[in-house]
Amino acid sequence: MTFSNGKMKAAILLLASTALLTACEKKEVDDLPPPATGSQGAGTQTDPNANAVRPGSQEDFLASVGFGQDRIFFDTDRYNIDSRDQVTLQTQAQWMARYPNAQITIEGHADERGTRDYNLALGERRANAAKNYLVSLGIGAGRIRTVSYGKERPEALGSNEQAWSQNRRAVTVIVN
Amino acid sequence: MQLRLIKFIFLCLLVLGTPAALFAQNVSEEDQGEVEVIRVDIENSVRRIAIPDFATPANANTAAGGTAALGAQISAVIANNLSGSGLFEPVGPRGVKKVSYPEVQAPQYPYWQGRNADQLISGFVRAESGDRLTVGCYLYDVNFGNEVARAGFVVPVRDWRRAAHKCADTIYSKITGEAPFFDSRIAYIAETGPKDARVKRLAIMDSDGANHRFITNGQTTALTPRFSPNYRSILYLSYRDGNPRIYVYDVESGRQRLITQSRNPTFAPRWSPDGQTILYSMAVGGNTDVYKISVNGGTPQRLTRAPGIDVGGSFSPDGSKIVFESDRSGSQQIYVMNADGSNQRRISFGGGRFATPEWSPRGDLIAFTRIGGGFRVGVMRTDGSGIRMLTNSWQDEAPTWAPNGRVIQFFRTQRNSGKTSIWQVDLTGRSERKLPTPVNGSDPAWGPVRP
Repeated sequence: MTFSNGKMKAAILLLASTALLTACEKKEVDDLPPPATGSQGAGTQTDPNANAVRPGSQEDFLASVGFGQDRIFFDTDRYNIDSRDQVTLQTQAQWMARYPNAQITIEGHADERGTRDYNLALGERRANAAKNYLVSLGIGAGRIRTVSYGKERPEALGSNEQAWSQNRRAVTVIVN
Repeated sequence: MQLRLIKFIFLCLLVLGTPAALFAQNVSEEDQGEVEVIRVDIENSVRRIAIPDFATPANANTAAGGTAALGAQISAVIANNLSGSGLFEPVGPRGVKKVSYPEVQAPQYPYWQGRNADQLISGFVRAESGDRLTVGCYLYDVNFGNEVARAGFVVPVRDWRRAAHKCADTIYSKITGEAPFFDSRIAYIAETGPKDARVKRLAIMDSDGANHRFITNGQTTALTPRFSPNYRSILYLSYRDGNPRIYVYDVESGRQRLITQSRNPTFAPRWSPDGQTILYSMAVGGNTDVYKISVNGGTPQRLTRAPGIDVGGSFSPDGSKIVFESDRSGSQQIYVMNADGSNQRRISFGGGRFATPEWSPRGDLIAFTRIGGGFRVGVMRTDGSGIRMLTNSWQDEAPTWAPNGRVIQFFRTQRNSGKTSIWQVDLTGRSERKLPTPVNGSDPAWGPVRP
């Protein structure tokens, strides 16, 4: 996936206003159950002991980007980064720019309504779409690893559209 | 494990008056109406078949129990095999009179006629020196009062079930005119634990679920196994280094290795029919294509180049073609190409998405998962015509063919709980049954008939 220069610059200029936007964009996500601990510590951000958080760590990342902002969501069979995803990833990129030594893994996931192999490929596509956007914002490609879990690691457990929409996701995890 | 199965007698006598001749003739016709012909003939050929306990000349103790008890177990395995094929209504061994050893070769036809049976399977178990058994089995036509087939097998005692499968295979082939399939094995993924923390282990078992063995311990997720044609190794996907990668696992030594040293994710492995080539999918920068590589390593050959997800695939039985899945048209559809990647063309039309194509070992049909509302398993001809759906549930997925191309296994996922189970269906779609697995099961892969 490529972005035109103009579009990228506009996106970067928007960074300053993302905090406000993020607050609005989060609304729908806030209605959802808290992330399960299965996604490598995503749940630890509720730890009130925030003062003990090591700068540049996964805990710091989650606390900095805000609730639910460690992930972006996709439509069925899609992997495009929409404007809302861009805002989330811009927030993440700001944090990554502050901690240039932080290594990043992006986990790509699919919902259960796809066949297994196709979902592995789709999760990889989604993780790479998120990675490519972060790279377009100036984050070094060498810092970002992708891994697809296909439909193997659902976070919402129902078999309904609401659950599936939560599971079609790319989650950013800080690994060092 | 080195198995010796010695066939010491195989005498098929003249078949007169059985439906076998007619059945074989019709299904061998390669005309456009083939699928419908199969349906009609199978419905007509479901037969009541009496299976009393196999007799023994003298009860002898073996490592697997007394030969009298083994005789009862063997006839039960045969009855279960035949029942599962959907073509037979076995009567017994429970509730059927015991047959004496001399009677095995001199059946009391009037008695069995009175039991409303069309055919009779009779047999014996005899202990031999060196921890071996002789299992003899005989098929009789009750109405015509004649012997239809007989076969005998000498097996190590621990392989008594294989003798039962070979016996069932002999009878199945004789009556239907189809190739055998019971003496074969399944690799699959054993599943335990809740939906959001599923433990997935590589496991193997006989085609009827017996002789089950876990291979991996579940510490890392295992997916999509495939037995090699000689059963010596298994291709499967593991997250053991944190990334989805295909490994080839040596069944005897327990050693495994990556099929390619690439740092990219690899998945959807398949063997070529001769076991010399591995077909797989690899994602590079998010773009998935189909590749193949020699089983001995070397440079992989990229077979697809379309932007989008080209994934899965399975060889035609002669190795000349590959059927695979691609979303290059905008949604998952089935394509066929030559084994070198040339001449790629879409064959699935007709609404919905088509996925997980699997070429029948007979070469005549392609099984698939159709996505549209539910997930259903079906078959089509190799040109994409003649689509027939065989199952109808919330989520049926990933068909795998019996070695004779007449039965399909797949896995079924329950809505909400996500619990999985392995099922078997015949080509009419009428005979559907769940396989007994010790825990939940998915991703079945059926191997060839054992030598």
